[in-house]
Amino acid sequence: MQDPKSGVKSQTQRLVITTIPHAITGEDIVAWIVNRFKIDATEARAMGTMMVAFGYIYPLQDHKRLILKPDTSLYRFQTPYFWPAQQWPVEDTDYAIYLAKRNIRKKGMLELYEQEQYNSLYKWMNHKWDFIVMQAKEQYRAGKERKKPDRVVFDCQERAYWVVHRPPVRNIWTEYRPYGQFNIIFNFIAFFCRIVKYATTYKEHDPLLHSCLPSNPWLTDDVTYWTLNMPNVETPTKMRVECWTFSFGELLMDPRGRADFRLFLKKEFSGENLAFWEACEDLKWGAAETMKEKAQQIYKTFLARGAPRWINIDGKTMDITVKGLAHPHCYVLDAAQTHIYMLMKKDSYGRYLKSPVFKETQRKAIAPEPHRFTETQLEQNAKRRRPSLSPIILRQQEEEQKAKLAASGPVDITQVMSELERKQKT
Amino acid sequence: MCDQTFLAITFGPCDNCSQNKPLMNIYLKNEPINYCSLCVELMACQGLAKGETIHTLKAESETLKTKLEEERAKLHDVELHQVAEKIEALGQFVMKTRRTLKGHGNKVLCVDWCRDKRRIVSSSQDGKVIVWDAYTTNKEHAVTMPCTWVMACAYAPSGCAVACGGLDNKCSVYPLSLDKNENLAAKKKSVAMHTNYLSSCSFTNSDMQILTSSGDGTCALWDVESGQLLQSFHGHSADVLSLNLAPSETGNTFVSGGCDKKANVWDMRSGQNVQSFETHESDINSVKYYPSGDAFATGSDDATCRLYDLRADREVAIYSKESIIFGASSVDFSLSGRLLFAGYNDYTINVWDVLKGTRVAILFGHENRVSTVRVSPDGTAFCSGSWDNTLRIWA
Repeated sequence: MQDPKSGVKSQTQRLVITTIPHAITGEDIVAWIVNRFKIDATEARAMGTMMVAFGYIYPLQDHKRLILKPDTSLYRFQTPYFWPAQQWPVEDTDYAIYLAKRNIRKKGMLELYEQEQYNSLYKWMNHKWDFIVMQAKEQYRAGKERKKPDRVVFDCQERAYWVVHRPPVRNIWTEYRPYGQFNIIFNFIAFFCRIVKYATTYKEHDPLLHSCLPSNPWLTDDVTYWTLNMPNVETPTKMRVECWTFSFGELLMDPRGRADFRLFLKKEFSGENLAFWEACEDLKWGAAETMKEKAQQIYKTFLARGAPRWINIDGKTMDITVKGLAHPHCYVLDAAQTHIYMLMKKDSYGRYLKSPVFKETQRKAIAPEPHRFTETQLEQNAKRRRPSLSPIILRQQEEEQKAKLAASGPVDITQVMSELERKQKT
Repeated sequence: MCDQTFLAITFGPCDNCSQNKPLMNIYLKNEPINYCSLCVELMACQGLAKGETIHTLKAESETLKTKLEEERAKLHDVELHQVAEKIEALGQFVMKTRRTLKGHGNKVLCVDWCRDKRRIVSSSQDGKVIVWDAYTTNKEHAVTMPCTWVMACAYAPSGCAVACGGLDNKCSVYPLSLDKNENLAAKKKSVAMHTNYLSSCSFTNSDMQILTSSGDGTCALWDVESGQLLQSFHGHSADVLSLNLAPSETGNTFVSGGCDKKANVWDMRSGQNVQSFETHESDINSVKYYPSGDAFATGSDDATCRLYDLRADREVAIYSKESIIFGASSVDFSLSGRLLFAGYNDYTINVWDVLKGTRVAILFGHENRVSTVRVSPDGTAFCSGSWDNTLRIWA
C-alpha cells in the first residue's frame, strides 16, 4: 500500500503553517482498496476504518475520531515503530512521560480527559515521578534538536499512537457516581429512599403482606383471585388499575393496561408510537432468523419517508437508526425505541391518566368482597381443586383467534385514519 | 509512504544487566542508553530510602488501606435501616406449607414458575425434569435428561416449553406437548454449549432467546431457533453460579454471581461488565434483582445475604445473624420487595425485612438443605426445593 508506484497516491500537503510530506486523502485510500481487493466502496471504507482504529493509518485533522472519511480529509501512514503488530506492551510509564512532555512544551495543552489521566498517573507513579519528569525533559530536548518538519511529523505520529492506546474513556455510569465529598451522603439517602418508596408503594399490593381480594388461592383453595386477574380480562380489579398509576412501565407491562392505553392513543390518533414500540420489542427479543425481515418491515411502516405510520423522532436519532439499519442487529432500533418510550412516558401517559378512557375504566373496575369461608367450606374447597387450561391450549386458542381476525378482514381503524391523513396531506 | 523512524526498534543486550531483552530508549545524564524494562523500573524506583524494605512498604500500604476504608465508612455511615426507621414494622408473620410436591427420586436442585402463576418446573439430581400444576399437585409432564445433576431449569414465557441443563454442559429446550404418549426428548433443541457445567439459565422476554451461566466462568445469550451465540460475557475469574435478568422496564441488563465472590452487572447489548461488587467473603450462590430494578440481593456461602444498590454503587444492607452459620443457597424477593426469602443449608428458610434488616420469621419443614427458593409471578406464594426430594409451596 505504501509503494510509491502502485500504492496510494500521496503528495506533500500544506497544513496550517507547515508542510506535511506524504499525506494521503481519505477518498484515495478507499479508491485504492476498492481497486486492489475488488470489493465495494462501503466495505473498503469499513476496512480502512479498521486500519485507522488500530493505528496503522492516522488522521491529521480531527485526530480524535479514528475513522476513515472518504473525502479530502488527510491521513498518513504510521511509522512501523508504532504499529500494534509490534506488540509493545503499552506502558503507563511511557504515557506519563508523553503527557509530561506535552505539559512542558505548552502549559494547558492537555485535554480534560488527558488532564485527569495525568493527575491519576501522578498519584500512582509518585515514587518514580522524578524519573518521569527527567525523561520527559530529555525527550523534549532531543526533539528540539531535530528539524521542524521532522518534529511535526513525529509529534503527529506519537499523538496518533496515544489516541489509539489511551482513548478518551466514556463511562456510561459516571453520571451515577457521587461527585463530591459533601454530596455523597445526600445522594445515598436519595438512593435508599428510592428503595424504601417502592416497597411502601407496593406494600398493599403484596399478597404475602396484605390480604389479596377476594382471597389468596393458596390459602382458601378458591381461584377467584386468578380468574379476576387474567391477562386480558374485560374488567380489571381496582388494585390492578391502581398499579397502572404507579409508573408508565407498570401500565405497559400489564396486557390489560396496555390495551387501555392503546384505546386512548387511538382516540388521539397517535397509536403509531405504541405500535412502533411494540414492534421494536418484538425485534429485540425475537428469533435471529427473522430479524432482518422485521427490521425492514419496521422501516417501511414507521421510519421511511411517507411511511403509512410515520413516527416523529428527532433528526439525529433518525440518522443513527437509518445508518444502523444497513447492518441490522437486534438492538439496532434501541435509540429510536427509547426516544419514543420517553415521549409516551412524558407526554401521553400523563394525559392518559386524566382522560375519560381511564376514568371510565377506573369507575368500572371491580372491588371484590373478601371471602369468609368457614372451616367446612375450606375443606370442601380443598376437595374441589380443579386443574386449569394448559398454556399450550391457551396459545392454540389465541392463534386460532388471530387467524380468524386476519381472514375476516375487519376494519382496522388505524389504517383508515392513516389513509385519511394521507389524503389530507395531498 | 511512511517516514523515517526516529526511534529504532532494538532488541539486544541491556546496558545494565547484559541480558538479551527488548530495550527501552532512555536518557541518563544526557546520554541515550538502552535498558531493558526491568532495569528501567528498578532505576526509576531508586526512591527506596534507607531502612525501607519491601516488608515495611507492604505494612505501610496495609495501614493506608485500612485508613482508607475507615474514611470511606465515615462518609457511608448512613445505612438503609436508619432511613427506614420511620416505617412501621411488619405485623405478625404467619406462613405455612400449603402444598408438598413429592415425586422426585433425588435432590431437587432448581425450580421455576410459569407465568400462569400455578405451574412450576423442577429439576433434580437424578436427571428428571418435572412440570407440575402446583395448585392441584398433579404432575403434567416429565422429561428424563441424559445427564445427572440438572442444576438449571427455566419455564418459557409462553408456558409452552422448558429449558434445562447441568453436567452435560448444554442447555436444551423441550417444547411441551399435551400428548401423554409423546416422548418430549424427541423434539428437544440443544441451544447452549459451554465447556463446563451449566449452573443457571433464564429465558429473556420471549421464548426465542435464552441466557445461561456456566462453571466455565462465562455467561452467554443464545438464539433458541438456530442455537447461535448472540453475545458472551467474560469477566468472572471462577465459576458463575447464578444469574438474574433486570425487570423489563429497567432495561437490558442482568446480574451474575460466582465463586470469585463477585457480583457483576452486565449490559446485554455490548457484552460489557458495567459494575462489579466484591464484598462477600465466600462464593455467591444466588443473585436476585429488587422488583424495581434499582438494587439486587445476593446469598452466599458466608452465611450472609446482602443488598447492593446499583445507583449508589455499593452494598447497602447485610442480612445476617450470629446464629446463622450455614450458607444461603438461594434468595428471592416478595412482590413489593419488602421481604427477602432466603433458603439455607441448615434446612431452614429465613424471611428478612429488607428495609429494617431484621429477620421476620424462620420457616421449618424441609428435612435437608434448601437448594432453591422462588416467589410466584403474582407474589401469592413461594416455592422451595430441597435435597430432601420434595418441593413445598408456602403462603
